[in-house]
Amino acid sequence: MREWADFETVEHDGGVVLKVSGPLTVASIAPLDRRLREIEQLSAIDISQVTEIDTVGAWVVWRASGALDASVEGASDKARRLMHAVENAESSADITPPRSNLAERVPQAVGDKVADMATGMRDMVSFLGTAVVAFGALARHPRRFPFLALVRQLELVGVSSLGIIGLMSFLIGIVIAQQGAVQLQQFGAEIYTINLTGRLTLRELGVLMTAIMVAGRSGSAFAAQIGTMKLTEEVDAMRTIGVSPIERLVVPRILAAVLMMPILGFYSSVIAIVGGAFIAHFALDIPFWTFLSRIREVVPMTDVWVGLVKAPVFGLIVAMSGCYQGMQVSGNAEEVGLRTTLAVVQAIFMVIVLDAFFAVFFTEIGWA
Amino acid sequence: MGSRRAEKLIRDAQSEAHAEPPHFEGEFPIVVEGLTNRFGTQTVHEDLSLKVRRGEILGVVGGSGTGKSVLMRSIIGLQIPAEGEIDVLGESITDAKEDDDIDIRSRWGVMFQGGALFSTLTVAENVEVPLKQFYPELTPELRHEIARYKVRLSGLPVEATSKYPSELSGGMKKRAGLARALALDPELLFLDEPTAGLDPIGAAAFDRLTRELADTLGLTVFLITHDLDTLYAICDRVAVLAERQVIAVGTIPELLATDHQWIQEYFNGPRGRAAESSYKRGDKLAMDKNARGEA
Repeated sequence: MREWADFETVEHDGGVVLKVSGPLTVASIAPLDRRLREIEQLSAIDISQVTEIDTVGAWVVWRASGALDASVEGASDKARRLMHAVENAESSADITPPRSNLAERVPQAVGDKVADMATGMRDMVSFLGTAVVAFGALARHPRRFPFLALVRQLELVGVSSLGIIGLMSFLIGIVIAQQGAVQLQQFGAEIYTINLTGRLTLRELGVLMTAIMVAGRSGSAFAAQIGTMKLTEEVDAMRTIGVSPIERLVVPRILAAVLMMPILGFYSSVIAIVGGAFIAHFALDIPFWTFLSRIREVVPMTDVWVGLVKAPVFGLIVAMSGCYQGMQVSGNAEEVGLRTTLAVVQAIFMVIVLDAFFAVFFTEIGWA
Repeated sequence: MGSRRAEKLIRDAQSEAHAEPPHFEGEFPIVVEGLTNRFGTQTVHEDLSLKVRRGEILGVVGGSGTGKSVLMRSIIGLQIPAEGEIDVLGESITDAKEDDDIDIRSRWGVMFQGGALFSTLTVAENVEVPLKQFYPELTPELRHEIARYKVRLSGLPVEATSKYPSELSGGMKKRAGLARALALDPELLFLDEPTAGLDPIGAAAFDRLTRELADTLGLTVFLITHDLDTLYAICDRVAVLAERQVIAVGTIPELLATDHQWIQEYFNGPRGRAAESSYKRGDKLAMDKNARGEA
């Protein structure tokens, strides 16, 4: 059992005296503090029966004596010392920065958000400009080109994501072929499963899903890496040494994503088709090799081009938003997480918007 | 907080199986015996022993990589040692399970090098974290009051109370870390390089603050430092870490009397000399200490 501080009130010389007993420490003071706050009149506080006291106990006694204009009696040396210490440390400061009321805060927040979006848009464009300038500078001084960093990023963005993208694509191929076949069977047209799988993956899904995966895997990593480097002042250190952080950090990442996305997107489409052929072999009685050779006949070459044209653009978007959000980090560790999330959400959103645009565009120019 | 909820919290606190441990009355609040710490093949400590006396400020010095921080982490239970026995406030840290040593954690305060403040909370909210954790039955009013005076007790200006850690300078972060370490009025205070990275004026002020708080609150302080001025100005005893052990513990004159090479180089190097002479010139603190006959 924990021992609690206790008190009783005694009438004495026409005033009320509070006799406190037990330990007066942070661990034992809660009930006493609660009751003490309800007392309205007091002439003295007697703490001679207190067995133990710490600064919290001293604070409670001192605050009560000040608020009720009561004297403190029977204080030990330690109690007096502690009360003196807390007396000098009293303050009425806010615990959190003051907040305005809801009616002011909501419009304020909305306005801030809109203004942030505008500046964010402007900053993003200016970031793109900075990156282009850095590419220009590197073209003029090819010896400064961060070749090793590029190779490393190529590995991280491309080679090391082959496994997960392959698995994802294979499963998507299975789903498309299997679900497509179920619907097409109703018209006796299950042979068109091959057209469906081949065209859908090469034209749309291969690249789109790859872009989403790269945004989640590499875009987030870009934001977190660069953001952490900003926090630990590595980026500032680079600047003072005369190394451009844009050239050294951003350019290799953008290049890696732009170069790797077409390869990964194409790879993803191929694996998805293999997945489709695999399920067709077992579920639809279309032999595996027949499925693959039919792909060559039913998928026009333009579908491949559509995928390959979109891929580097998506790569650029993913890398740009990752690097941009990373460079925007300042302040605390929480910001790294926020910016990383933002980088991924922004990248995926822009990829899907652009994909819709591309879909209409390519159909209009006759690459149907 | 509704009064019913408050009553429930108090009932909960009363029904807790563990009794609030009594104030530690023994002579040695920290006892380390036969401590061995290994990281892979590298042995940091081997058969290390150390006793910290109640009410003293013990300075722990040693070259870089001699495991000062590892020793502190072992004592506060963040590092599980390979071998050895560590008792803090009469309770074994090394035998304790994850949940058991909760009691003891309310009786020490730790200030990490950079302050280690929770970055999403204001300074005052940081101080309130341990209060909420261990004593949820306290009223919010009292908790806020405690946070306010602890912030000022740690030498921070009033305005710092509602600031976020990212708005504070390095020295202020350390003080805020100290305020949080003192939140529960601990008996033991661990300080990891409190003056590192502070300007000389700030460092001297922090030293003074440490001494004052230790004297006022009756703290036992375990202080890791590289700062010779700190050693001369406020430490009652100094423990020297070298060769994987505590090679010597004692007052500075006692240490100077040993003929260990590292100790001689440490205290008799140009910096050691400078610190000693400034100490002998007698700034106020040192005089106070002499007057108390502790030096």
